[in-house]
Amino acid sequence: MTPVISIRDLTKTYDTGFEALKRTNLEIGRGEIFALLGPNGAGKTTLINIVCGIVNPTSGTITVDGHDIRKNPRAARNLIGLVPQELATDAFETVWATTVFSRGLFGKPKNAAYCEQVLRSLSLWDKRNSKIMTLSGGMKRRVMIAKALAHEPKILFLDEPTAGVDVELRQDMWNVVRGLKNSGVTIILTTHYIEEAEEMAERVGVINRGEIIVVEEKAELMRKLGKKQMTLQLHERLTEIPPSLAPFKLELHADGHELVYTYDTQGERTGITTLLGTLAEAGIRYKDLSTTQSSLEEIFVSLVRRQA
Amino acid sequence: MNWYAVHAIYHFEMARMFRTVVQSIVAPVLSTSLYFVVFGSAIGSRIQEVDGTSYGAFIVPGLIMLSLLTESIGNASFGIYFPRFTGTIYEVLSAPVSAAEVILGYVGAAATKSVILGFIILATASLFVPIRIAHPFVMLAFLVLTAATFSLFGFIIGLWADSFEKLQVVPLLVITPLTFLGGSFYSINMLPPVWQTITLFNPIVYLVSGFRWSFYELADVHVGISLALTLAFMIVCLGATWWMLTTGWRLKK
Repeated sequence: MTPVISIRDLTKTYDTGFEALKRTNLEIGRGEIFALLGPNGAGKTTLINIVCGIVNPTSGTITVDGHDIRKNPRAARNLIGLVPQELATDAFETVWATTVFSRGLFGKPKNAAYCEQVLRSLSLWDKRNSKIMTLSGGMKRRVMIAKALAHEPKILFLDEPTAGVDVELRQDMWNVVRGLKNSGVTIILTTHYIEEAEEMAERVGVINRGEIIVVEEKAELMRKLGKKQMTLQLHERLTEIPPSLAPFKLELHADGHELVYTYDTQGERTGITTLLGTLAEAGIRYKDLSTTQSSLEEIFVSLVRRQA
Repeated sequence: MNWYAVHAIYHFEMARMFRTVVQSIVAPVLSTSLYFVVFGSAIGSRIQEVDGTSYGAFIVPGLIMLSLLTESIGNASFGIYFPRFTGTIYEVLSAPVSAAEVILGYVGAAATKSVILGFIILATASLFVPIRIAHPFVMLAFLVLTAATFSLFGFIIGLWADSFEKLQVVPLLVITPLTFLGGSFYSINMLPPVWQTITLFNPIVYLVSGFRWSFYELADVHVGISLALTLAFMIVCLGATWWMLTTGWRLKK
């Protein structure tokens, strides 16, 4: 992995004394989609804001494509587009004017064709002459994405981009993100909808209380920390688990109508064949059988709990 | 230099003025006309002349200064405070722009508005009284310099304020009294000697005096001192703004 962003020993203590980041180290690979997950107040937004130049760090160094953000902020910021978490838009401006403004602010010459393409990709073209205050919350979110893309950034930060937006916009947005990824843009996103991170991200970092707990390829993380469960729908209600089934550590669910078996996918043997055989011997019959794999969300929750 | 950014900010701020044309232009013109009705006609008819100039004409430079100061501070402070208040400032903070570019964009636009306004008031005043401008280039220099200086000062207030109330405090409690007591409507020669000395500590006196000299060659203090002090205040404001923007004071937590 060639890193496009390197964060070394980054700390941030706010004036209130709150330690938002504790010696954080992180590298983001060129062209990847990286998801930063963490509960509220974990330090995600602080981290993003420091990289983008909105908050001053207390200590530590950050390079963006080799440019130190303190020594050479202009070169670093030229590359970055940011969609912040808070909906902050110029209420009285039109969609078109605000997009053109963003492009100029980031030092790019006018390019009406490119701005049109950005607005079209976000289904904003029809609204280009509307004042932003007349738009719905979801539309405003689109405007903020358009503004971030207006200067053709090589690195895009999306801080909770799907908070409060409908399904259709999420689909649109992820299509845009995939398109950007294919054109070589690096994308760093935070989200509360972990299924989105699960679907989109290649690597995942989990941050809690200002510390990065884990950074891993998503597939690897799911394999390492994931568990599988098999649920059996029973024909007849079971009041207690027979002693012969004790080694399987089964759980009774749904008022005795379901038996749940948890097993390790990495194990040499999953034990399923033996379990089914033992069930037959004990005369327990079942109507249906299903298996589920623990989601990134469950992994995330267990990681954060473990630290707490 | 990121000239595209300077242009973007400047254009954005100027568009804001044209959107709020009533508040930006019509209101100051109306208040100037009211000053003329009250001071020029009602009271001025009883004051014959000040140093050989009719009272109505005498107060024109002071009136322009009054509006110039108020509007420069108001425009520039609001221009930077509002994005801080709504949160849209994030974009400027994350953009590849230097302090110089931010100042040129925001302060340049605020100063432009004030200069335009100054000319509008001058035109309005010329409808009421005959106006003579003895030194047009000095007049223009004062106009531009004052607009730029007090726009910078307003910008500092906009960066410092953390509530709408604080935004209003300095213009209302400091600038307006100083302007009224700074010889806008009278020559300080009319004051008792003690007050003449005290008045010289009021920086607005130098602005109004210098500006009035460019019209009628009437001055309470030498025009060179007026220009030098205005320039000095501008440099102080520029230094303060520079420091605020490069350290991110009140902007980057």
